[in-house]
Amino acid sequence: MQDAREIIIQVRGLRNQFGDHVVHDGLDLDVFRGEVLGVVGGSGTGKSVLLRAIVGLLRPQAGSIAVFGTDMLNASDQARQKIEQRWGVMFQDGALFSSLTVRENVEVPMREQTDLSPQTRRALAELKLSMVGLPPNAFDKYPSELSGGMRKRAGLARALALDPEIVFLDEPTAGLDPIGAAAFDALIKKLQTTLGLTVFMVTHDLDSLHAICDRIAVLAEKRVFVTGTMTDMLDVDHPWVHEYFHGPRARAAGVGN
Amino acid sequence: MKVTLPDRIVVAKVDEIRAQLVTAEASLDVTFDLSSIQALDTAGAWLIIDVQNKIHDRGGRCDIEGASTVHTDLIDVVRNNIPVKEQAQKPRHGFFDWLESVGEATWLGGQSLIEILGFLGTVVARFAGLLIHPGRLRFTSLVHHMQEIGLNAVPIVSLMAFLIGVVMAFQGAVQLRQFGAEVFVVDLIAISILRELGILLTAIIVAGRSGAAFTAAIGSMKMREEIDAMQTLGLDPIEVLVLPRVLGLVIMLPLLGFVADVMGLFGGAVMAWIELGVSPGMFQTRLYDSVDVWHYAVGLIKAPFFAVIIGIVGSYEGLKVGGDAESLGRLTSTSVVLSIFLVIVADALFSIFFAVVGV
Repeated sequence: MQDAREIIIQVRGLRNQFGDHVVHDGLDLDVFRGEVLGVVGGSGTGKSVLLRAIVGLLRPQAGSIAVFGTDMLNASDQARQKIEQRWGVMFQDGALFSSLTVRENVEVPMREQTDLSPQTRRALAELKLSMVGLPPNAFDKYPSELSGGMRKRAGLARALALDPEIVFLDEPTAGLDPIGAAAFDALIKKLQTTLGLTVFMVTHDLDSLHAICDRIAVLAEKRVFVTGTMTDMLDVDHPWVHEYFHGPRARAAGVGN
Repeated sequence: MKVTLPDRIVVAKVDEIRAQLVTAEASLDVTFDLSSIQALDTAGAWLIIDVQNKIHDRGGRCDIEGASTVHTDLIDVVRNNIPVKEQAQKPRHGFFDWLESVGEATWLGGQSLIEILGFLGTVVARFAGLLIHPGRLRFTSLVHHMQEIGLNAVPIVSLMAFLIGVVMAFQGAVQLRQFGAEVFVVDLIAISILRELGILLTAIIVAGRSGAAFTAAIGSMKMREEIDAMQTLGLDPIEVLVLPRVLGLVIMLPLLGFVADVMGLFGGAVMAWIELGVSPGMFQTRLYDSVDVWHYAVGLIKAPFFAVIIGIVGSYEGLKVGGDAESLGRLTSTSVVLSIFLVIVADALFSIFFAVVGV
């Protein structure tokens, strides 16, 4: 059934290497439109490296990456820019520009990519911030005045500023308290259903995987070792995958119940 | 009236579509037909809601029809999330607002002066503690900072002082030649460099070099919570970070001042020889005869005071850095400007003092 869905990110034969250290070798991955894909893996398996390679922050040594059918590694600058406008990226700590207020941060992509009037920009930025659950009194604050959770929310609002079709999230719930993390999961799910987003999420959080991910991709042995739903994961016979999905934390998260 | 909306209402087209809706926005009974919409994003939904709200505000009616379930859901989500309009702050341009901001700035300036004095007091108290328990002095750190502040600054300070000597001799020569009093160039160079310029310019260079480095180093440690970590481990940041730096400065600045004095006189002597034919021997004799050793002492007495100013301001601004990179940059530049300013103020006070006591 899944194979009938439209593939919007297609990674084939990806090889990433830093000096002698090979991170990925022959990595294949498909992301389907409208799904929430969770990428998991042990430390140093290159989850963030994969994300950075797909969004073009890092050029792989070999392989191909196609987004919306465009070969990102060989496309012209204009073609690549057109694709880049169709996705948003949220970095681990929000990566907000510290010299701008939260609202100005959300306005940045609008100012660069569109010719909206200042009033419209302002109203849309406030709408986005309100959608991710920031109170109006936080709009004019600087990132340093916000808590980590609020910075993450603001980072998500900036990633959503231009209504992208794909959002990349790098450990969205890391460092949040369990209640905040659950709220963040609910927020991502809500935005995904109403906006029809495709979500590519690097995470360690079993609760998130359980609560919102449609599909899980496990990175192991320098490639995507296995993909599938949470139930599929329970039957995988690989020591790390087994340990991960059958460990005490997994049981606490209600995996397999 | 009935308005059929275009098929794509997306973020890039919001302003364009709003311009098309001006007539609809002005009327009091509008029905939007959404049946032909293919693409609608949050910005488009916001536009529809915003126009609708404007019409409602004027007591009109505005209905939506023909929307698909997906679009209705999206519009509902956006409608529920429109932030409540806050009272816009009134612009502050009046005379009294200006007066208020001047007053506030003055008050804050006074406050931070008191804070710096408080910080100076703490450092002095820790220093006194160090005199009682000399073993607590971080000797390695002190030597490291002495090298960084003193030895590594010798080339730049020497070059600066040499050039100042050259300039003084050259400028003095042009003026003094008019009176046939070329030989007084020695007095001019010696007094101005030994008394004022040597140590003042050295202090300014050291403030730019080491004062800024103190703020940046301590500030980035503050940003990474290293200072907090020190405190939880029972280490006193003032003893570990501030005292070695301030002590290093107090020891090295007089030495740098001496280097600057020597190089300044050397530069002046070279130029006086070339430009005025005052031979090195004559320069030396004139120097011994007419320049009192007090001129040299007055210069070097000021050095430790300048060193304390630079060290205290540099460390204090570093400890004031908050969590963001922005404040690190701002406070580093504040540190340099403030320490140079205070050094010059102190120099002026010393001038008055020495004039009163008559040296």
